[in-house]
Amino acid sequence: MYPSRFRYESPTSIEEAISLLEEGKGEAKVLAGGQSLVPMLKLRFASPELLVDINNIADLDYHRFDADGSLHIGALCRHEHLEKSADISARQPTIAAAAPLVADPIVRTRGTFVGSVCHADPQGDWASCMVALDGYIVAQGPNGRRNIPVRSFVSGPFQNVLAYNELAVEAVIPAPQGTALGGYMKLERRVGDFATAAVAVAVDMSGGKVTRAGIALTGVGGTTVDASDAAAALVGGSLDEASIAQAAELAASVAQPRSDHRGSASYKRHIISTFTARLLGSISESNERAA
Amino acid sequence: MTSLFEEITETSVDIPVRRVTITVNGEKRSANVEPRLLLAHLLRQGFKLTGTHTGCDTTNCGACTVLVDGRPAKSCTMLAVQADGRDVMTVEGLATASELHPIQEGFKEEHGLQCGYCTPGMMLAAKALLDENPDPTEDEVRWALSGNLCRCTGYQNIVKSVLWAAEKMRNSAG
Ligand SMILES: Cc1cc2nc3c(=O)[nH]c(=O)nc-3n(C[C@H](O)[C@H](O)[C@H](O)COP(=O)(O)OP(=O)(O)OC[C@H]3O[C@@H](n4cnc5c(N)ncnc54)[C@H](O)[C@@H]3O)c2cc1C
Ligand code: FES
Ligand code: FES
Repeated sequence: MYPSRFRYESPTSIEEAISLLEEGKGEAKVLAGGQSLVPMLKLRFASPELLVDINNIADLDYHRFDADGSLHIGALCRHEHLEKSADISARQPTIAAAAPLVADPIVRTRGTFVGSVCHADPQGDWASCMVALDGYIVAQGPNGRRNIPVRSFVSGPFQNVLAYNELAVEAVIPAPQGTALGGYMKLERRVGDFATAAVAVAVDMSGGKVTRAGIALTGVGGTTVDASDAAAALVGGSLDEASIAQAAELAASVAQPRSDHRGSASYKRHIISTFTARLLGSISESNERAA
Repeated sequence: MTSLFEEITETSVDIPVRRVTITVNGEKRSANVEPRLLLAHLLRQGFKLTGTHTGCDTTNCGACTVLVDGRPAKSCTMLAVQADGRDVMTVEGLATASELHPIQEGFKEEHGLQCGYCTPGMMLAAKALLDENPDPTEDEVRWALSGNLCRCTGYQNIVKSVLWAAEKMRNSAG
């Protein structure tokens, strides 16, 4: 299988990439890790006239914590860098837990966090982490930059709100309000499979109370499911058996799973409730240990 | 069928071919390619390095794994133009003229292959692991190879082969 014909450009600056996208007038596509786009080109699900390969833009390959505690993930930060970075495992537990569960180790050497969010696959693991963490995408176009909260960034399955001449330059996870706790649990049939169902949880705690919470579900809806009621119910209280059980039930109630080759709808709903409870349970334990 | 390489590198109507220069197994090699040519095809049909196998052609099996600047990549999911200026290692780069690479020896000693289709990809994924972690546990080997599928061996002997190679490499380094 090989893709249909396209013109290929590999700009070395963000500005150059944007003017190429502008030139493409909507018929251009950004190539990041290529781990979703190249398979789609080969299957001819996508046939752009112009491919703008951003891999040679030097200053996009980073992740860093700013002094205020926010985490910035550049457009060329690969899954494996998040998996293997000590600062991520020490400071951002939701992302640290998800990183080794995205695709397989070889796909992770090339696939990018930002590319994955742009791809907006309802089965995508990173979009759920972004929702749970209140993340936003920084998009740059000919008229400058704008921040797009992930909840309004994804507009449908495999659709985002970027204009044709905008490049997503980084993803930002705002600073935690207290201690950042969280996790990601994913049920997959085998390594490299997309989620049968998965749950991202991110909880900030201060003085034994929840100051901020986010819960998002993968693989159980047409897009990432934001279990905002489940998360809101936790804010202001402590994590105990009753509040955890309530959040797990609320999360399961907003899932819209469909029965398919990965499992029945009721099984998936059960997984969502179980994973939510387990994640919150271990957050509560690790918070008690730290206190 | 004419070779795919010839077929898709002929100068097409409006898409310019691009000249790429890639260091393949330590040697600089150049070719004119259409942007849509996949790295796996350039290696196999263009450079006649048929040790790189394409299995699934859908990014799932890892048979086409090569090292790009030292990291494993599925060459069926990378454009040849993207390898321009980079360093690529294929299975042909493992052995020297006189000696097998310890990973190859390991696969021989521990019966790490049956049909051999997955083997080149397995070996390069293993090399990437051992370059990073010379003393992996069995679990770490299984984890590092979990993007490579084998339909024959049941993996047991592949894991043993990699552990054999790791030990040999440590001994000869020490
Ligand atoms: C075998 C296999 C298993 C996988 N399993 C999983 C899994 O379990 N979970 C999971 O979440 N993902 C999985 N993936 C997908 C993988 O994570 C991809 O890496 C990811 O979805 C896309 O990231 P990319 O950098 O490869 O983007 P690309 O493939 O390069 O691009 C994807 C899309 O996003 C656009 N895009 C990319 N970057 C930008 C940018 N900076 N600005 C604007 N647009 C951009 C592209 O134009 C394209 O439309 C799997 C892929 C494979 C091949
Ligand atoms: S042939 Fe490339 S992953 Fe299977
Ligand atoms: S030896 Fe046959 S596929 Fe692995």
